[in-house]
Amino acid sequence: MPVLSLPSVLTPLTGGQHTIPATGATVSEALDDVVSRFPALSPRLRDENGAPYPFVTIYLNDEDIRFIGGFDAPVQPGDELSVVPAVAGG
Amino acid sequence: MSATVARPSQVLAAVSLQCASCGRPHDPAPAHVCPSCLGPLEPVYDPDRTLPDRSEIAARPRSLWRYREWLPFTGRPVRCLNAGWTPLIEAPRLADALGVSRCVVKHDAGSFPSLSFKDRVVASALNAAYAFGLPVVGCASTGNLANAVAAAAAREGVEAWIFIPHDLEPAKVAASAIFNPRLVRVRGTYDDVNRLCAQVADRFGWGIVNVNLRAYYGEGSKTAAFEIAEQLGWRLPDAVVAPMAGGSLVTKLSKGFGEFLDAGLVDGVTPRLYGAQAEGCAPIVRLVERGDDTLVPVKPATIAKSLAIGNPADGRSAASVIRSSGGWAAAVSDAEIVEGIRLLAETTGIFGETAAGVTVAVAKSLAQSGHLTADDEVVLCITGNGLKTTDAIVDSLNVPEPIAPRLSEVASLIQQNPS
Repeated sequence: MPVLSLPSVLTPLTGGQHTIPATGATVSEALDDVVSRFPALSPRLRDENGAPYPFVTIYLNDEDIRFIGGFDAPVQPGDELSVVPAVAGG
Repeated sequence: MSATVARPSQVLAAVSLQCASCGRPHDPAPAHVCPSCLGPLEPVYDPDRTLPDRSEIAARPRSLWRYREWLPFTGRPVRCLNAGWTPLIEAPRLADALGVSRCVVKHDAGSFPSLSFKDRVVASALNAAYAFGLPVVGCASTGNLANAVAAAAAREGVEAWIFIPHDLEPAKVAASAIFNPRLVRVRGTYDDVNRLCAQVADRFGWGIVNVNLRAYYGEGSKTAAFEIAEQLGWRLPDAVVAPMAGGSLVTKLSKGFGEFLDAGLVDGVTPRLYGAQAEGCAPIVRLVERGDDTLVPVKPATIAKSLAIGNPADGRSAASVIRSSGGWAAAVSDAEIVEGIRLLAETTGIFGETAAGVTVAVAKSLAQSGHLTADDEVVLCITGNGLKTTDAIVDSLNVPEPIAPRLSEVASLIQQNPS
């Protein structure tokens, strides 16, 4: 099954867990599964309309999901979904 | 014999933070993300702090710390004390070529110690690392920041981990490696390196200057605006053209000009701000053109690698300040970038890197499209040195065949190409 990898700033909402196993065939379904167990995470991952925040990027393995279909992108067993807050240029 | 004890007011400390999105306050910390909404954190300045006047600033040492009341610390800085105060160079021949009234170049290509404007932000970030007692600093970089962190860390005796894309220009790799940091070449783009460093900062607790020290780091860019104002004789120009990668420089220039206006150090209004990108990586330009609020990330493909950030963190802020200033943004092709580097060199004597070529070529484009006019006094922010990106222009240069050391051969050359 895919796993969701979270930054430390969100782990108080998951009992300290950085990585959480998820079920689902798409990014959206995997996130839905995780937030069903950790409801407080929900507003940190998507806004009230279910849209991504401009300052948070979600990666499927090494790819920004915006390049591969967004929340509808398919996920496979063994995939890693990473939530990464934006950082400055360099 | 008496020991010297620093007075509390002189001890360096970082200021508090506040979320730029939801407004929640945060204690000073090596943190860049609001735990409530994941929005970016910004430093908060005491509105009642005592600010210097023009004469007090002018009497201070010539470094960016002459503006320390607008940098995110209390007390005296302890690191990178020589950064900043780069020249503002008159460029009359470039003004003629562009068709503007006056053109001056903010010459950060000659910045100490690493020949780019990143020395400004690193000066701020390394003092933040000191204030928080962080023994290790690092960065994700397109090259210039790597050079700046490696150089400053070597000078200050701090361990540095430098993460760069594997395909950077050889001169930029060498200009980091010479300082002997822990250099990590990552197979991927800058955006991949950025993601990795976000995770590194999160897990190892290091001071990654453009990740968890970002709130303090970014403020260093404001000093370019302060210097422009002071070096113009305590006034503001009509327009400023600056390159955009992550979008922070343009945003901080706007903030810096605004802070000097608020302090009464200059009169007038914020200059029109113009953002410059390469066509092969222009997500902020497209955002300005569309006029909406959703940044669409891109996969970079340009010779201007220092601007090749497809997912710019400050892109929305940059587009917002550009629009509100009455400015605009434009993108240029790789061929135009090379022409821009050459135009700058041939009219000013300044050899800028590819980002400089972007800035000059965009200024030319903006003049042709009427955004810059014959009445304008324009400042061009030249942010990096051409010796770092010679591979981008060497094929375009006229490098002649050698001659024998004989006067007749020189006479022959004169005959072939009379001046």
